[in-house]
Amino acid sequence: MDFDFTEEQQLLRQTVERFVADRYDFDARRKIIAQEPGWSRAIWSDLAGLGLTALLVPEAQGGLGGTPVDALAALEPLGKGLVLEPVLASAIVAATLIESAGDAAASAALLPDLASGERIFAPALYERAARYDLSAPGTRARRQGAGFALDGAKTAMCGGGAADVFLVSARLDDGLALFAVPADAPGLLVQRERGYDGTPVATLLVDDVKLGADARIGADATAAVARARDVAVAGLAAEAVGAMRQTVALTADYLKTRQQFGRPIGSFQALQHACVDMFVASEEAWSAAILAAARCLDPDARTRMRAVAAAKATINRCARLVGQKAIQLHGGVGMTDEYAVSHYFRRLAAIERLFGDTDYWLKEYARAG
Amino acid sequence: MNLSYDDADEAFRGEVRAFVAAALPEATRRKVLGGFELDKHDMQGWQKALHRQGWGAPSWPKAFGGPGWTPVRQFIFDEECAMAGAPRLLPFGLKMVAPVLMAFGSPEQQQRFLPAIMSGEDWWCQGYSEPGSGSDLASLRTRAERRGDVYVVNGQKTWTTMAQYADWMFCLVRTDAAAKPQAGISFLLIDMRSKGVTVRPIRLMDGGCEVNEVFLDDVEVPVSLRVGEENKGWTYAKYLLGHERTNIAGVGLSRRAVADLKELAARETIDGAPALADPLFAARLAEAEIALDILEITNLRVISEDAKGDRRGPGPAASILKLRGTEIGQAISELAMQAMGENAMPFDRDRMVGEVAGNRDDAAAAATPVAAEYLTLRKTTIYGGSNEIQKNIIAQTVLGL
Repeated sequence: MDFDFTEEQQLLRQTVERFVADRYDFDARRKIIAQEPGWSRAIWSDLAGLGLTALLVPEAQGGLGGTPVDALAALEPLGKGLVLEPVLASAIVAATLIESAGDAAASAALLPDLASGERIFAPALYERAARYDLSAPGTRARRQGAGFALDGAKTAMCGGGAADVFLVSARLDDGLALFAVPADAPGLLVQRERGYDGTPVATLLVDDVKLGADARIGADATAAVARARDVAVAGLAAEAVGAMRQTVALTADYLKTRQQFGRPIGSFQALQHACVDMFVASEEAWSAAILAAARCLDPDARTRMRAVAAAKATINRCARLVGQKAIQLHGGVGMTDEYAVSHYFRRLAAIERLFGDTDYWLKEYARAG
Repeated sequence: MNLSYDDADEAFRGEVRAFVAAALPEATRRKVLGGFELDKHDMQGWQKALHRQGWGAPSWPKAFGGPGWTPVRQFIFDEECAMAGAPRLLPFGLKMVAPVLMAFGSPEQQQRFLPAIMSGEDWWCQGYSEPGSGSDLASLRTRAERRGDVYVVNGQKTWTTMAQYADWMFCLVRTDAAAKPQAGISFLLIDMRSKGVTVRPIRLMDGGCEVNEVFLDDVEVPVSLRVGEENKGWTYAKYLLGHERTNIAGVGLSRRAVADLKELAARETIDGAPALADPLFAARLAEAEIALDILEITNLRVISEDAKGDRRGPGPAASILKLRGTEIGQAISELAMQAMGENAMPFDRDRMVGEVAGNRDDAAAAATPVAAEYLTLRKTTIYGGSNEIQKNIIAQTVLGL
């Protein structure tokens, strides 16, 4: 039993914290948002320089061979800074997808670029109609000569707007297959948008996209997709805790400075207790993030499912509580775009719905027994 | 970062499990698991059985005769005992007055009282709350006047748990009426057999009488039974608050409650199917169990910190564990009531007293413990510093509000 980061993990965490403090304060972030495309390739290069893009990639492919606990150490401070660049999408989810597929050729072809940050990868696993069910996409792949042709529609709400390559799941024969699809592939219509949280998202129309045989990653992708989803939950949980902690800190500061009735509003017990509820939720969220990081790769299916489900359901509940109470305690200024807290609220609202909402995970938890 | 217990701790868990299975009297076990009322014999018998094993004071250091377990082992011990249906060890002697005596008591007080707490000979109760002093404890008015070698104590304590069984009461009294409220309080040890001590039971809404009023009329207490210095009692009382961190959240008890709830929900039906299969009920059950999973991690985080060194004392960690532990315990009991629906109505407290008959067809016998648990658990968010007081503590110490 040990709840401490190793020295290397502490160093990683401090490095990211320092980067966020020095290069990604609220004003810097607003400047990035004010320009197209709403995220920064220069920042991405810097994050790659810190090793973040290589975090989960095996050493053989130029990565750091890290674990979900390393990701916990790195992503919590990114969450504090509401970093828009797609670290979770590329370095955590896509890296896990490719690595878990167990395809040496695909790993050699894709992971070095992913690790160096040269190309940005994003998962395109979900679909509008299938909602959070990853097992039966409507998107279909059919064999065509030596290669494949894909048809359907995908969503890529985790970093999709910044992706150079999409990892697209599709039904092939009676199984699930995974394909690396370049964003500029003929027949692929990428609708890049910004999410209500400012992050780059995309919806994909896949219209007879022709791919070579080497575009397919691994054999049946069911296990790799599930594994990537579990690791994604752990990474998202870490990010969420950073965002929640910063939201609690912003709110406590505001309660100390804002004066009404001739005194700081933080002297009123109703407001104190609401802020305490936020703090307690942020602590529960950290426990949830630890649980997910420690157990998302557990070989025992029930242990793993219960941990991931409990973690995401808790993160969702706490994210909502922290975000909503923060706005309420700030009053009108909390609603404004100019105030940081509204940006945290928006990201927390998005986190609640990425990689499974609360109802989805409560059902999964009950099913695990 | 590693959430698994090491092999030595797992072996320890096995040792505890085997001991409890062998040493816990069957009648007591059935009472605990059936939600029946425990009498003094049940509770004292278990304390004595643990003492014979050398485990009478799980949280004490070796210097005072305890096993010197790490916080993690104390947690494992509590969890195993709770799951097996052992009576919960009463905290008043073991976890409340004992740490104060260890830190501030005289060697004579330590020698006189600590062994008898560990062996189960002496039973203690807590003389803190008064009719006019609940959350604002420092406003207490029970007075102790020094007359030579004794204090003469007059006043009234209330909500005194198990006072009807207690041999001793640790008691906060006012020794300086002129000083600021916190500065005029002393910490006395009162023999419950003293002349002038009257205990009157308070019947609560669950039908039980575990709390009492204690009247103190010209009770003479030797000065040698004052702990520490005169007028420093508030310091000692605060030391006691927040000292308990391994078991305050009640994770083990709530685990057993969830297991019981699942059994209950498999028997009770909603729309002709087990309640457990009803999507709405299943979702609510999942919410409660998930909250408990997370609480367990939070609890383990706290005791892992404690294991690194002496970081004990009042603090936000104990407040978080108390807040969430009590809320989750209540939520589980609410779900048990929900699973039973109106079938939880027949209530006959007498069915919870004495030997467990085990007749599940008897409507009142099946329902009464479920309702009694729901009713009695309302106390948990009130006692030990109400949950609102815990939030005040967090607001001040963590958020600086």
